[in-house]
Amino acid sequence: MSEGSSTEQPSRARHPRGGTFDFITGPWQRIPERVRGWLPLAIVLAIALLYPYMVSDLKSLSTIGDFFPELDSAVYILVFTMMALGLNIVVGYSGLLDLGYVAFYAAGAYTAGWLASGQFQQVSFHFGSVGIQRDTEGIHVSVWLVLLIAGSFTAIVGILIGLPTLRLRGDYLAIVTLGFGEIIPQVVRNGDSFGGFNVTNGTFGINPIDSPGFGDSLNDAVGLPVNFQQSFDKFRLFYWGILALLLITVFCSWRLRDSRLGRAWIAIREDETAAAAMGVPLMRTKTWAYAIGAFFGGVAGAYYASFKSGAFPSDFYFNISVFLLCMVILGGMGSIWGVLAGGLMLSWLNIQGLAVIGDKFNEASGRNFEIAKYQFGIYGTIIVLMMLFRPTGLIPERRRKRELEEGVHDETFFDVSH
Amino acid sequence: MAALLRRPRPRALDLIGFGFLGLLGIWLLVNLVKDPQRFFTVLLIGVTTGLVYALVALGYTLVYGILQLINFAHGDVFAFTGLFASTMILTVFDLTEQDSAAVIVLGLLGTLVAVVAFGATLNTVIERVAYHRLLRAPRLALLITAVGMSFIVQNVALAIYDVNFRRVPELIPRSDVFSIGGVHYQWNKLSVVLITIPVLLMLTWLVRSTRQGKGMRATAQDPDAAAMVGIDVNRTISFTFALAGGLAGVGGLLFLLQFNIRYDSGFELGLIAFTAAVLGGIGNLTGAVLGAVVIGLIQAFNEGLTWFTPGSDWTRSIIFGVLIAILVFRPQGILGEQVADRA
Repeated sequence: MSEGSSTEQPSRARHPRGGTFDFITGPWQRIPERVRGWLPLAIVLAIALLYPYMVSDLKSLSTIGDFFPELDSAVYILVFTMMALGLNIVVGYSGLLDLGYVAFYAAGAYTAGWLASGQFQQVSFHFGSVGIQRDTEGIHVSVWLVLLIAGSFTAIVGILIGLPTLRLRGDYLAIVTLGFGEIIPQVVRNGDSFGGFNVTNGTFGINPIDSPGFGDSLNDAVGLPVNFQQSFDKFRLFYWGILALLLITVFCSWRLRDSRLGRAWIAIREDETAAAAMGVPLMRTKTWAYAIGAFFGGVAGAYYASFKSGAFPSDFYFNISVFLLCMVILGGMGSIWGVLAGGLMLSWLNIQGLAVIGDKFNEASGRNFEIAKYQFGIYGTIIVLMMLFRPTGLIPERRRKRELEEGVHDETFFDVSH
Repeated sequence: MAALLRRPRPRALDLIGFGFLGLLGIWLLVNLVKDPQRFFTVLLIGVTTGLVYALVALGYTLVYGILQLINFAHGDVFAFTGLFASTMILTVFDLTEQDSAAVIVLGLLGTLVAVVAFGATLNTVIERVAYHRLLRAPRLALLITAVGMSFIVQNVALAIYDVNFRRVPELIPRSDVFSIGGVHYQWNKLSVVLITIPVLLMLTWLVRSTRQGKGMRATAQDPDAAAMVGIDVNRTISFTFALAGGLAGVGGLLFLLQFNIRYDSGFELGLIAFTAAVLGGIGNLTGAVLGAVVIGLIQAFNEGLTWFTPGSDWTRSIIFGVLIAILVFRPQGILGEQVADRA
C-alpha cells in the first residue's frame, strides 16, 4: 500500500461527498429528481433499441469487440432472459421451486409448430399468415396470434401440471415438476404416431415454422416488413420483436408484483399457513403463479421456434430448466432487475461468452481447454456459491433479503387433507 | 375455474387409484397367460435390476430421513463411483475374462472395498463442503444447492473420464445358473443378488443394533432432542452421508458389471431410485428396497412383455408417471410410514 492512499483516507472521511467520482456525481445531482429515476432506464432502453445499428462497429473494436454478441445470439439471449422472468414468477414471487420449466418452453414451441407450419398436411387452413402461398398444406395462423395461443395453451398445461402437484410440499413439488419436464419431451419425441396419427413428427421435429410479419397491405400502407424470415434485415426484425416481448414481460412482472395476486404470492412464499388464515386461497393463487409463469415461457418458446423456424425434441432437456433456475438465483429470486441481469449474463455466457473466454484463454496460454464442455459445471458452481455466500442474489429484492435474513416459515408438511 | 380447482374428494381419488391398480393387474395377468415363459424371465430381470436400484434408493431415503433433503447429487455420486470402479478393475487390478475365478473374485472384492470407501468419502465431502453451512437455512436453499452439486459432481466426472461410455470385460460369466421350463437365470444376475443381500442385511444390523444406528434414528426423529441427550448430530449426519455414499458405491460397481456407464448416467438412474424411495415411503429403509424392486419390475415388464406394452421409448415417462401418481394418491408410499413431522 502506498503512502498516498493512507493520507487520503482521513480527508475522505471528513468530506464524504468529495471523491474521485465528483465529475459524474456533480452533474447527476443537478438533474431533477423525477427525471433521475427514469434516466438510467431510458439510456439502457435506447442502447438496446439501437444495438442493431451499433453491433458491427462494436464488433470491430480490438480485443473487446469479440465479446459483443451478434444479433442472432442477441435474440437467443433475450428469449432466455424472458423465460427466466417467467420462471421468476413461479420461483421468485411464489417460492415454488419448479425444476421442469423446460416443459413450458417445449409446449410453446410445439404450439407454434402445430399452428404455423405444414405439419398437418390433411388440412389447409390459413388465417392471417404472411409470405405463404394460399394453397399451401397445413395450418398457417398468423404468428402474432400463435404467440398468444401458445402462451394460453402453455398456461393451461401449467394449470394441468399444477392441479395434482401444487398441494405437495416444496421439495416434492420440485421433483414432480422435474418429472413433468422429463415426460413432456419424451411424449414429444415419441409422438409421431399416436394411434397412427403424426402429432409431433418424432425426433425430426417440426420444421419449417412460419415467420412473423405484417403482410402486404400493412407493408404498402406504412412500410412495415412483410415477413421477418424473408426480409433483408431478418435478424434486426427478430431482435426488435423479442425486445418488445421482453419489455412486455418486464412490465407485466412489475405490475403483477404489486397487484393483489402478487401480494398473495409473496404472502404464500413467506408463510403458507398464515396466508391461508388471512383468507388467501392457496391452490388458486399457486395455480395462477404456474399459469402466468408458464404463459411467458410459452410465448418465448413459440417466438424462438419461429425464429429458428423449427421445434426439435433435442432442444428440450433438464439442463435448460436448471440453466434458467441459475439465472433467477444469480440475479436474485423475485427481483426483476436482478433476474434481467442474471438472465442476460448467463445466456450471453452460454451462447457466446464461454466460447470467447475459452478462446482468449487458449490463445494466451497456448493450451487447448474446452471450457464450453463444462458449462453446466460452471452453472452448478454458480448456484452452490450463490446459495452459500449470497443467497439473495446479485441484485436482491428488498423483501426477499429480509426473509432470508430473518427466516420464513417454510416447514409446512403435506398440505393434503387425507 | 373455481369448480376446476376445487380439490377432488379423497374418496373419488381412492377409486381412481384402485381403478389404475386393477387395470395394471389385468394387464399383468393377460401377459402371464399369453406367454408365461417370457413373463417369468422378465420378472427375474426386474428383481435383479430392482436390487441395484435399491442400493441407490437407500441412499436417498437415509439422507432424507435425517435432513429431509432430496440429495439431488446422489445419482451423480453413484455414476462417479461406477466410473471409479472401472478404473479399479481396468487399471489397478487389470482384470480380464481370462483370469482364473479366484483372481476375479479377489479383484472384485478389492474393487468393492475401494469403491465403497470412495463413495463414502465423496459423499461426506459433499456434505461438509456444500450442505453443512445450510443446515439452518430454508430447506429450499438446501435443495437448490443439491441441484448445483449434482452438476458439479457430474462435471468432475466428465473432466476425469470424458464423454465416452466405460465398460468392463465380462468378468462374471453369462452362463445359466438354472433353467426351469425355458426360464433362464444367469450367473452375472445372481452375483447382483449375492452381493446385494448381505449388504442389505449388514445395513439393517447397522441401523437397528449399533450405537451409531440408534443415534441415526434418534436424529431422524428430532435432531434437537438427539443433541440434548448427547448424540453428536454433526457426526451422525456425516456418518449417514458416508453410509449412503458407500451404498451408492456398491450400486455403481454392480451397475458397471451389467451395463456401461458414463458421467451423466447417474441423472436418470438417480431419479428412478428416488421414485423408488418415494414409492416405498421415503425415510423407510424396507420401503426403499420394496419400492426399488417394484420399479425394477415395472421397467422390466414395460420393456420385456408383449401384450399392450408401451416399450422402452416410454420407460421414463411411465416411471415419472408412477412418481406423480404416488404423490397424488398416496404420498406416504406403499408402507405408509409416517415421516417424522418436524414443523
